[in-house]
Amino acid sequence: MNEIEITLPTPLRIYTNNQKKVKIAAETVDDALKRLVETYPALQKHLFQGNELRSYVNIYINDTDVRHHPDGFRAHLEPQDTIFIIPSIAGGLK
Amino acid sequence: MMETPVVETLTFHEIQRYSRHIILPEVGLEGQTKLKNAKVLLVGTGGLGSPIALYLAAAGVGTIGLIDFDVVDETNLQRQIIHSTDYVGKPKIDSATQRIKGINPYVNVVTYNQPLTAENALAVIEGYDIVCDGTDNYQTRYLVNDACVLLGIPNVYGSIFQFEGQASVFDPNKGPCYRCLYPNPPPLGLVPSCAEGGVFGILPGTIGTIQATEIIKLILNVGDPLIGRLLIYDALEMKFRELKVQKNPDCPICGNNPTIKGLIDYEAFCGITSVETDRITEDHLITPKEYAELRNSGFKHLLIDVRNPMEQQISKIEGSRLIPLRQLEDLIIKENIPKDFPIILHCKTGGRSARALIQLLDMGYTNVKHLVGGINSWIREIDKNQPLY
Ligand SMILES: [Zn+2]
Repeated sequence: MNEIEITLPTPLRIYTNNQKKVKIAAETVDDALKRLVETYPALQKHLFQGNELRSYVNIYINDTDVRHHPDGFRAHLEPQDTIFIIPSIAGGLK
Repeated sequence: MMETPVVETLTFHEIQRYSRHIILPEVGLEGQTKLKNAKVLLVGTGGLGSPIALYLAAAGVGTIGLIDFDVVDETNLQRQIIHSTDYVGKPKIDSATQRIKGINPYVNVVTYNQPLTAENALAVIEGYDIVCDGTDNYQTRYLVNDACVLLGIPNVYGSIFQFEGQASVFDPNKGPCYRCLYPNPPPLGLVPSCAEGGVFGILPGTIGTIQATEIIKLILNVGDPLIGRLLIYDALEMKFRELKVQKNPDCPICGNNPTIKGLIDYEAFCGITSVETDRITEDHLITPKEYAELRNSGFKHLLIDVRNPMEQQISKIEGSRLIPLRQLEDLIIKENIPKDFPIILHCKTGGRSARALIQLLDMGYTNVKHLVGGINSWIREIDKNQPLY
């Protein structure tokens, strides 16, 4: 199984013992996310609503939004792949 | 209301002022004239709006609209570089106008000392060539997006959190919109704001300067704009990443069968007027004065500070237990506190403690109150020896 890297955004690092990058062995994006929340259960409700990914969280394999990948969450991962979790942030003014 | 467009040419003094631009083949006299005739609206003159306004003014953008109803606060000065100490307590748009005019008297500054709302947004935005979103809340972000899509105006987007920023260009005629990227905002309380989470002061400088660059490129029609690309910046790693953003054919406003055909109620959309907050009644509130009396009476209770650890280094109510909002549920379960034990919650200004209160009500706690106005009100009214932030 390939070990890939998942990069977490600042607001979610509190749930991964402040780790910005987490290495996970996984075949597909689905696998990787499952293992991620198994390892860090507090992440579950911030990423998923039931089995659905929350609509203000985007998951990218390298530079491509998983939702637009031809294989979606079943997309196969290569060892050099990185998954980015990018939630919406609103800051700017105050 | 914008004036009818008349193409204005550059004066002798302007040609001299902008000569370093004019000698660039990508700009030239023609490009500089485009800049002079361009009208850009900045929503917010805060962290992002500050560098954007300064650079657009210096570059010779002819009309800069500023919409903001806030006044300059001392805590803004760590990053909002258009404002200065002399202007603390004064309207941000006055402070910004004065700086813009100081940099470039040829700029026409149009000000709106009001919030952007679903009622005024179309009238305010119509007539501008480009809108630049530098706000700090989801309801205004979705409002700016929707108004720009409905009017067909490009929206230059930037957003910041702690050490990370995002930038993109949402041009409804050429690519995806903000709703294509994020169809819905997060529920209240899940993502902390800059006021709660802090922000690296120089970060809006980097992101705002990227937004200003994109605005000027759009006006000049040079280079590759950030359309369909989300730029992610990490200041600690000093890394930029680029992610693809595709137009969503099912997007409710810019998709093939749009369901949003006019502006909507953005507070309701972002969950601000949800039933959740209606659950907080008078019985759940305690004012600083009431709380001071309670403390003096020796009443046994648990005071929980739901802020982040760094905030306790600024101010603290003696005897409080620090349990950050995001860890509240887990820690309360671990501690096995009786469901009827008196609990008082506080944060900085009362937003997070209200959310904490709802969480505790959901867990079955029956004797919970939260401090109205947070520790800042406590300091203003009771314990004047601690700093406000
Ligand atoms: Zn869209």
